[in-house]
Amino acid sequence: MTETEFKGQDFEKSLTDATANVAEFDDSERSALRRFQQILHSTPSLVPLIVLAASLIVFGLLEERFFRAATLTLIMQQIAVVGILGVAQSLVILTAGIDLSVGAFAVFTSVVMGQFTFRYGIPPAISIVIGLAVGTALGAINGWLVAKVKLPPFIVTLGTWQIVLAANFMYSANETIRSQDIEAEAPILQFWGTSFKIGATTATLAVLLLIAIVIIMAYVLRQTAWGRHTYAVGDDPEAAELAGVQVKRQLIQVYALAGFFTAVAGWVMIGRYGSVSPAASTGQIGNIQAITAVVIGGISLFGGRGSILGMFFGALIVGVFELGLRMLGTNPQLTYLLIGVLIISAVATDQWIRKISG
Amino acid sequence: MHKLLLTSAIAFAATATGAFADTSACLITKTDTNPFFVKMREGAAAKAEELGIELKAYAGKIDGDNEAQVAAIETCIADGASGILITASDTAGIVPSIQKARDAGLLVIALDTPLDPIDAADMTFATDNFLAGELIGQWAAAKLGDAAADARIAMLDLGVSQPTVGVLRDQGFLQGFGIELGDPKKWGDEDDPRIVGHDVTAGNEEGGRKAMENLLITDPEINVVYTINEPAAAGAYEALKAMGRQDDVIVVSVDGGCPGVQNIADGVIGATSQQYPLLMASLGIEAIAAFAADGSKPEPTPGKDFYDTGVALVTGEPVDGVESISIEEGLALCWG
Repeated sequence: MTETEFKGQDFEKSLTDATANVAEFDDSERSALRRFQQILHSTPSLVPLIVLAASLIVFGLLEERFFRAATLTLIMQQIAVVGILGVAQSLVILTAGIDLSVGAFAVFTSVVMGQFTFRYGIPPAISIVIGLAVGTALGAINGWLVAKVKLPPFIVTLGTWQIVLAANFMYSANETIRSQDIEAEAPILQFWGTSFKIGATTATLAVLLLIAIVIIMAYVLRQTAWGRHTYAVGDDPEAAELAGVQVKRQLIQVYALAGFFTAVAGWVMIGRYGSVSPAASTGQIGNIQAITAVVIGGISLFGGRGSILGMFFGALIVGVFELGLRMLGTNPQLTYLLIGVLIISAVATDQWIRKISG
Repeated sequence: MHKLLLTSAIAFAATATGAFADTSACLITKTDTNPFFVKMREGAAAKAEELGIELKAYAGKIDGDNEAQVAAIETCIADGASGILITASDTAGIVPSIQKARDAGLLVIALDTPLDPIDAADMTFATDNFLAGELIGQWAAAKLGDAAADARIAMLDLGVSQPTVGVLRDQGFLQGFGIELGDPKKWGDEDDPRIVGHDVTAGNEEGGRKAMENLLITDPEINVVYTINEPAAAGAYEALKAMGRQDDVIVVSVDGGCPGVQNIADGVIGATSQQYPLLMASLGIEAIAAFAADGSKPEPTPGKDFYDTGVALVTGEPVDGVESISIEEGLALCWG
């Protein structure tokens, strides 16, 4: 429409004095609680951060040895694998999906890296690249089934979890590759287990890797078009489609990237446990551990809301509870009980925060 | 020790010759992923083929999966099998199903893991797990000598539900080491200050590493580590290595799998009590064959309420007063 036409019609004359604001929340008469709710709504990682700080303080008061550097770096080492699986899980859950296959993919890719090196004599660095490629391809298959075949993510990954875990046991013949053999012939497989000194205590490279991945992915999701598209697909796929996002391609890419991260976790597992074991518990419970970190981290299972940083705090909270309660000498079952309470509280809090927009 | 095993095996074989064309047997293991059960299945399959028995193998999905084992028993009864060999996941929970099978005329033999009560099965072919623990306990105490009085002991057990196998090994170790037991049916009730703590490992590397870390952070002076099995020991060793403690801690274990025995040669584990799953399975198949032929049931080892398939201490550093076999002998007999 040209300017002359616009003037000729004069329909919008009455708008000259109208308010230029399109829509806004009514900020007047807000109680402190309401304002707090608003802050939590705009910063979803704040709730898990507060819980993390509180649990650190409580365990620090109950057990003096808890607040030592050695304890805190140990927690970081213990959550490295779950944290990286949590990144993969977060990506999928942000698209309103769920990935039950992350743990199985991690174990299988670690077995691929080990067996390609030791069974076929392929140089370990190349085996690692193959392992990462296998993880990415498996993730892409999940994504293809979800996006193109239109199967629910729960069903797809329930299936691939079982398929990959069974393939893992058949392919590896249930044989463990010993830590000492890996150390002698293919030390690069154990790279992320390399320890270094921070002051008087030691940490492993896996800890730095986890922090780096969390920072990079937080940036990618917040600041890049790809990241915003991921949120958009999870929030409202139809609206995203109308806005020009290629929803199917985006979904396949998200699942493939998640698959890539599971393979990274597989590599990190070799560093942490030394050996390559097809019977690692991560294959069976890694998915639930990752979902737990994501949910406690305040990422909405309905998609489109939450942050990777929150997931990181969620994983740390679980780590703090597990080690803290063990140091206090409580029954290990109490840990699981309290984590269950945390999960329900986290989702209840999420529902309460969401009311702000309702 | 081997001679004893060998002669008893021959004695069994002698009672079970001939063809059993119509005989079928079931093997139900806790999982089909643990190398121990994989070997057990191989041993049973080889013996079944030799005797011309049809063998069907079932397994739970995960350790502790009672439902899958109940379903397997029902299938075996419906299938008209002559006998069942089972390593029970839930030793008490499985008993009613076992009773159904026995009522239906099947011979039920518990392998490796005794049922609760033990006489719920017709016979148990197993390692004496208490003795297995006792041997490594005695070895560790002898290795430390006078320092055993001030030992700092970490106990890496199987699971919080305290399965019998784990309790027997744990309590055997403590008794062998010279520690007064509380109730020998459970671990964790001892009040000897030398015990730093008990933690659980699920019997794999992941669990072993985490449990060792948890106990080391409680007491960095730990110098004796008992582990439920060799994968847990390998995980514990990684944790010790990360803290630079691998050379001044004694790690002992139970199982005798090939990677475990190799780990003794490499100095990861000091000593392990080796058990013989292949023998359990092949003896079990022979017992079912004998039962199918003339209704005879196997007898327990004199003085015990089960048939002892033997245990041997494997170590590169023998000590006085504890009988052991060398790493080479252990490698020749290892499984998995």
